Amino acid sequence: MRLKLVPDETNIDFFKAATVTFGASCVAMVASIVIWAVMGLNFGIDFQGGTTIRTQSVEAVDVGEYRDAIAPLNLGDVAISEVFDPSFGNDENVAMIRIQAQDGEESVTQQTIAAVEGALQEVDPSITFPSVESVGPKVSGELIQTAFLAVAASLGAILVYIWLRFEWQFSVGAVAALFHDVILTIGLFSLLQIRFDLATIAAILTIIGYSINDTVVIFDRLRENLIKYKQRPLRDVMNLSVNETLSRTVMTSGTTLIALIALLVLGGDVIRGFVFAITWGVVVGTYSSVFVAKNIVLFLGVKRDWTKPDKNDGNQFAKIDA
Amino acid sequence: MLNIPLWNRIVIWGLVALGLILALPNLFYGRVEQANDARAAIVQAGATPEREAEAAGWPDWLPHGLVNLGLDLRGGAHLLAEVQVADVYASRMDALWPELRDALRGARDEVGTFRRVDEGGDVLRIRLSDPSGMARALEIARGFAEPVSSLTSAGSNDIDVAGSGAELTIQLSEAEREAVDDRTIRQSLEIIRRRVDEVGTREPTIQRQGADRILIQVPGIGSAEELKSLIGTTAQLTFNAVVSRTTDGNANPGTGNMILPMMDDPNQFMILERTPVVTGEELTDSQPEFDQNGRPAVTFRFNPSGARAFGDYTADNIGSPFAIVLDEEVISAPVIQSYIGGGSGIITGNFTVEESTELAVLLRAGALPAELTFLEERTIGPELGQDSIEAGRIACIVAFVAVMVLMGASYGLFGLFANIALLINVGLIFGLLSLIGATLTLPGIAGIVLTIGMAVDANVLVFERIREELKTARGPSRAIELGYERALSAIIDANITTFIIATILFTLGSGPVRGFAVTLGIGILTSVFTAIFVTRAMIATWYGRRRPKTIEV
Repeated sequence: MRLKLVPDETNIDFFKAATVTFGASCVAMVASIVIWAVMGLNFGIDFQGGTTIRTQSVEAVDVGEYRDAIAPLNLGDVAISEVFDPSFGNDENVAMIRIQAQDGEESVTQQTIAAVEGALQEVDPSITFPSVESVGPKVSGELIQTAFLAVAASLGAILVYIWLRFEWQFSVGAVAALFHDVILTIGLFSLLQIRFDLATIAAILTIIGYSINDTVVIFDRLRENLIKYKQRPLRDVMNLSVNETLSRTVMTSGTTLIALIALLVLGGDVIRGFVFAITWGVVVGTYSSVFVAKNIVLFLGVKRDWTKPDKNDGNQFAKIDA
Repeated sequence: MLNIPLWNRIVIWGLVALGLILALPNLFYGRVEQANDARAAIVQAGATPEREAEAAGWPDWLPHGLVNLGLDLRGGAHLLAEVQVADVYASRMDALWPELRDALRGARDEVGTFRRVDEGGDVLRIRLSDPSGMARALEIARGFAEPVSSLTSAGSNDIDVAGSGAELTIQLSEAEREAVDDRTIRQSLEIIRRRVDEVGTREPTIQRQGADRILIQVPGIGSAEELKSLIGTTAQLTFNAVVSRTTDGNANPGTGNMILPMMDDPNQFMILERTPVVTGEELTDSQPEFDQNGRPAVTFRFNPSGARAFGDYTADNIGSPFAIVLDEEVISAPVIQSYIGGGSGIITGNFTVEESTELAVLLRAGALPAELTFLEERTIGPELGQDSIEAGRIACIVAFVAVMVLMGASYGLFGLFANIALLINVGLIFGLLSLIGATLTLPGIAGIVLTIGMAVDANVLVFERIREELKTARGPSRAIELGYERALSAIIDANITTFIIATILFTLGSGPVRGFAVTLGIGILTSVFTAIFVTRAMIATWYGRRRPKTIEV
């Protein structure tokens, strides 16, 4: 007896609720942009400059106490948060301290870090500092540029590749779907104020990679079916293609999500933000392949005849037909 | 038909076996690493019984390449340094000044009197008392210009000389600056490498990044601070003539001089001539030792030209002090007792044994040509890395088991084939990573877990296609064949797009992100290989033996 996530024969009309699904996507995108504009992103030190110190202690973390200890140093904005993870024992109490880039300092000063560490050690003698990371404002500015460039280059490369392999309508549809995924991910990060750093950019690129993978599989089937059923309306051929590949879509998303959830729960807190972004991306990426990409292709229309054009077509000779 | 030629099968299984053998050492990471270290030590420092024993821990004839662990997994320090190349422009101007001064003095009748008006910047400014001497002064200054020694800027001179009114300005030309930048970075790289190697940590990464930056990653070192002190931010050793002593740090040292604190007592200052007598670049050797009183000290030895300059200076200045300056601090200012002709001497100060050892290392490795400023620094403790490896390993195993159960339940026997291919796939990833000496980072582990999830995709595509083809009932053999044939274009297109992303990540990313891109990219290659060739070979073999009338996928 086989486990069947999707029945053998499905005949779902994916355009039935097109206004709802496509509308929801549009609303979610607008909402994401608004949230992004209003709340901003919780940039990590990679993009903002500054220092993060990870502390570990056998005693419970008292954020207020830490704050009071650091306050006299006048370091400006200091964010302290406790970190929880199922893998921590009772004697592992972890916190992250983030200190903003200090005015007028191009590079990082060790004195600042030493002062913070000293102040914390006075409060809690058992405290250790498993990791200390500092990024100067000069580098962080460049990292933002590089990150932006990476996302833009990926979208551009995919636009060109899909255009070469399919048609320009497919290419626009695919990239619109990717854009949708990226915006929604940024929106979620902004809404939940999850730290947004270089790893998040890597996650976004991975989402792009996964989502395009999914979209291409559906497009590939669509291309095949367009040749096979020349007379059927585009809408029906699209539904048929999605239905035919549905079982694969669900299966692959399923295995990927299972792997990612294992990593999310068990992979430790250091990469949790990164894995969370990818997990979210697999969900929206799958959704956008089915509900966004092909709607745009349908809207744009597509060349139906994939056979080679007749060489004698369009010359000065008239055609005669029976 | 499903017949795969024998040579084809041999190639497929041969590649799989090769990949798995290459991956094998990673299962015994600790032992292989110990053996590799011991072998390296034997080559370098000769064999000892312990080293022989450790080296024997892993047989010689087996591959012993390991996946490098990134800083975030092994713990260590990461620094991104910017080389202040402009420092070198200033020191070039300083070096030019005495010669130019003498040449201008030689033509005093035509040039008149003159003095230097800048304060050691990268532009040398000379004010003439009489503007009418400018023409001759320009001519003399231009006589010092030399062609730039680089291929791209042939024909241009190393200095730009200009005069306006009574002021003569000299600076390095654009072409020379470029050449100097390049030389300075190379020299800095080399010196940093030598200093890091002195401590003998394993596999440090020291790379040039962009025009004037150097990336330094040293696994296993305690902190970024330790690494910085090892590299020696400004460890420029010079020997300078002493003008006077003072307790006022804000005193005006006078033109051509500088004021520096004493290392032992920050309230004591010395006024020194800016142009050094000898610099650390002319040192050939330095060793930690003890002086007559048994206190830690550091000996040094100059090369012939340094020894000559030092000898001449000591001969002329017996009875007066001279200063040994390191890191803009006066280490000591002994009084010259006699002519020191041999070019070697001893530095005493209030050193501990560790300090004298470290100073000797710094001196021996040579001075950095320019100061470094640090734009980025990261320290990761070894325990944190160990925790991450542990968490990553558990997540991998759980992800693995879950995916295999799902595949087995969904596709039965074919799912089992896919699962074996998945195991081979992960083995191949590690084999390839070891082969190219790639670095595994924490996001890299995430990449492997993600690959475990996505690697089955190609197989899923094929199996789903076979299911569809079975419905048209042309017999199982034909259905399998068509399934592979028709799924191919989707597999190729889908994976090429993902591979494009991995390439972009690799090109634009750095450090951990790059590690992720590498595992993702390799994962795509191996998963396509296992899906198209390995599972197919398994299915063909199975089908060839059993010849089932019907198959269920």
